[in-house]
Amino acid sequence: MAVTTAAIAIALPLAWLTARTDLPGRRLWTVAAALPLVIPSYIGAYAILSALGPAGLAQDLLEPLGVRRLPSIAGFAGAWLTLTLFTYPFVLLPVRAALRRLDPQLEEAALGMGRSRTEVFRTVVLPHLVPAIGAGALLVVLYVLSDFGAVSIMRFESFTTAIYTLYRASFDRVGAASLATVLTALMLVVLWLESRSRRRGALYRSAPGTARRAQTVPLRGWRWPALAFCATISALALALPIGVLAYWSLQSVSGDVPWGEIAAATGHSLLVSGLAALLAALCSIPIAVLAVRFRSPFSAAVERLSYTGHALPGIVVALALVFFGTRVAAGLYQTLAMLVFAFVVLFLPLAVGVTRASLLQVSPRIEEAARSLGRGPFEVLRTVTAPLISSGTVAGAALVFLTAVKELPATLILAPIGFETLATEIWKATSVGFFERGAVPSLVLLAISALPLYLLTARD
Amino acid sequence: MSSISCQNLRKSFGEVRAVDGFSLRVEQGATVALLGPSGCGKTTTLRLIAGFERPDAGTIVVGDQTLAGADVFVPPEKRRIGVVFQDYALFPHYDVAGNVAYGLGRGADRNRVREVLDLVGLGAVGERSVNELSGGQQQRVALARALAPAPDLILLDEPFSNLDASLRAKVRSEVREILDAQGVTSIFVTHDQEEALSVADTVAVVNAGRVEQVGTPEEVYSRPANRWVAGFLGEIEVLPGVARGGTVTCDLGAISGDWDLAGEVDVLVRPESLAVDITAPPDRPAVQALVLSRNFYGHDQLIELRLPSGQTVRARRLGFPAWHPGDRVRVWIDGPADVLARDA
Repeated sequence: MAVTTAAIAIALPLAWLTARTDLPGRRLWTVAAALPLVIPSYIGAYAILSALGPAGLAQDLLEPLGVRRLPSIAGFAGAWLTLTLFTYPFVLLPVRAALRRLDPQLEEAALGMGRSRTEVFRTVVLPHLVPAIGAGALLVVLYVLSDFGAVSIMRFESFTTAIYTLYRASFDRVGAASLATVLTALMLVVLWLESRSRRRGALYRSAPGTARRAQTVPLRGWRWPALAFCATISALALALPIGVLAYWSLQSVSGDVPWGEIAAATGHSLLVSGLAALLAALCSIPIAVLAVRFRSPFSAAVERLSYTGHALPGIVVALALVFFGTRVAAGLYQTLAMLVFAFVVLFLPLAVGVTRASLLQVSPRIEEAARSLGRGPFEVLRTVTAPLISSGTVAGAALVFLTAVKELPATLILAPIGFETLATEIWKATSVGFFERGAVPSLVLLAISALPLYLLTARD
Repeated sequence: MSSISCQNLRKSFGEVRAVDGFSLRVEQGATVALLGPSGCGKTTTLRLIAGFERPDAGTIVVGDQTLAGADVFVPPEKRRIGVVFQDYALFPHYDVAGNVAYGLGRGADRNRVREVLDLVGLGAVGERSVNELSGGQQQRVALARALAPAPDLILLDEPFSNLDASLRAKVRSEVREILDAQGVTSIFVTHDQEEALSVADTVAVVNAGRVEQVGTPEEVYSRPANRWVAGFLGEIEVLPGVARGGTVTCDLGAISGDWDLAGEVDVLVRPESLAVDITAPPDRPAVQALVLSRNFYGHDQLIELRLPSGQTVRARRLGFPAWHPGDRVRVWIDGPADVLARDA
């Protein structure tokens, strides 16, 4: 909850600043603000801990100034900081997209009625952003509940660490399973609450006539505070981990770097995540269409079901698929197909959430017009609905790719033998304490994640 | 280009009966207005005809094909019915020509696209994005798109309501000309009586999900079937009277017509059918009246009068001569009047 609130608090102003104002270097900040998404929480947590924690890099810098010992940031504070910094883009991206699609006439109408900009934002803009904020917040909550890397590094006891400890240390499968069940139940409660609060209302562009771009808001005196805000967030969420990684990389380059292995792992990561993104995007369209256009208990259930994948920690889904693979579909066990399927199960909600949000902004009249022009429902889906929501679907695919490329437990458990990805390379290195060896694959991981992220943010 | 017949259509949404026994027959090539207040079910009726909603009961027949009935439901894409939406619902991802070509299917005939765009006067903007067009141009694209596949019937939902008032009258007559030129049967929905009366050749007045009256614009305006229709179509004065053998006597004197009524009746007369002057022509049964007030509108004036019986009526005359409160005048019926039995 604390993470979600903080994530929204960071994401809303960032979205507005990058979408609607004359912030200097807006394009740069747009990309920078979304980039933390690609940093796996385990890398981020480690970087923050080693930089800001006791005996970290910051302390080294401050020691000459007489600071003997920084307070420990492990525990709740560290977990909270890490998770907030690396999950706020989940809220930022949908909110920013919604802001850009919002009909400027609505705001102008409200301004014309003598409301101040702040009031207009609160009474007109904000309600229109609620579906996007809700979709983003849901992802944050689910991510935080199922996160393992950050909380374990920050030594903050949570459900996932408890499950892991039980399972690994004492092979207490019953205990692990019952805790996993409680965790799953908790996540289902979150989903239920979210669905209750979701407004039925669909938000379309209000009027025909020429669509216009919203005016940019001049920041004037607020330029520098706004810049400082963006810079601080980016410094903590981006520059810090990359700096730490670069530092380790430099240390490791002096030694021998297994370039061949890294290249193979990169190829594997691209292949698996790419396939997962493609499949998830394709699946998200019918699910979103069912959920938005044909409201029924069945369609609602299908949509809910697609979210449960994300509500389950990666390790739970992976173990379930191992069971399925060994008992039911032996031919699939430890195949690429199984791994891709696990990713789709895990990350489909990312794609569905974004696709659904963009579909809500397509008027059903447009589809009806297409039907009356002699095209059947599937033809209309292909020629009208799909192109109109394609920006959302592409964004969803990019999100899936970004998340899949860093997914660790499912890859570890389900990947075919000898099939290393960047994530497993990093894990192999860090789990035995060779942070230097993990640094280069980490940087490669960040680099290949930046491309879809660039697509995601720079398209418009 | 077919006739269309709706029989006893019904459609409910939950507890709300949107369409409740709607019957209408439209002849081939006619332009029909469904006129009614908002919430009267006229748009739902249009959506039933288009096939976007499935009727709970009733039949829809176009030409000799049943589109909706007891066990029949033809999906919208098989109906050959064009629709122009209130918000136009253009495809934002296609240019103007792309929108028009959409209904022609793959390998659309460029000449047909060109022809239809020329028809609506948009031949020059085929390459433009629909978002760059003005509201009036978007409306014509929507019309061209609906006309391109040469549908049997074209439906227009409040087609002029999003246009500026100054543009509306011009666009209305243009649309009517285009529809006539194509000879296409059309039904349009409107809540604006002036629009219905001026564009349609048949007006169906709709209230509470059913048709109250069908007729030519002149018929529904001057011979309304009941008080509700009379009141909805414009200002009306209701005067009590007594009918005997084709003649009706009321506060404005005796009028005669082909009414088959006897006993207590109401005489319905529109303000513009009341003439006012110092003296009446000798062959007119005029009565004395006192001018109570006068509102001047430029082109015309509305004069409130008190009759000897104490009843007040309004007369709408051209803007001159100017009458003043206190003037004593003669008033008589100079135009169509309608007579309804008291309980109709």
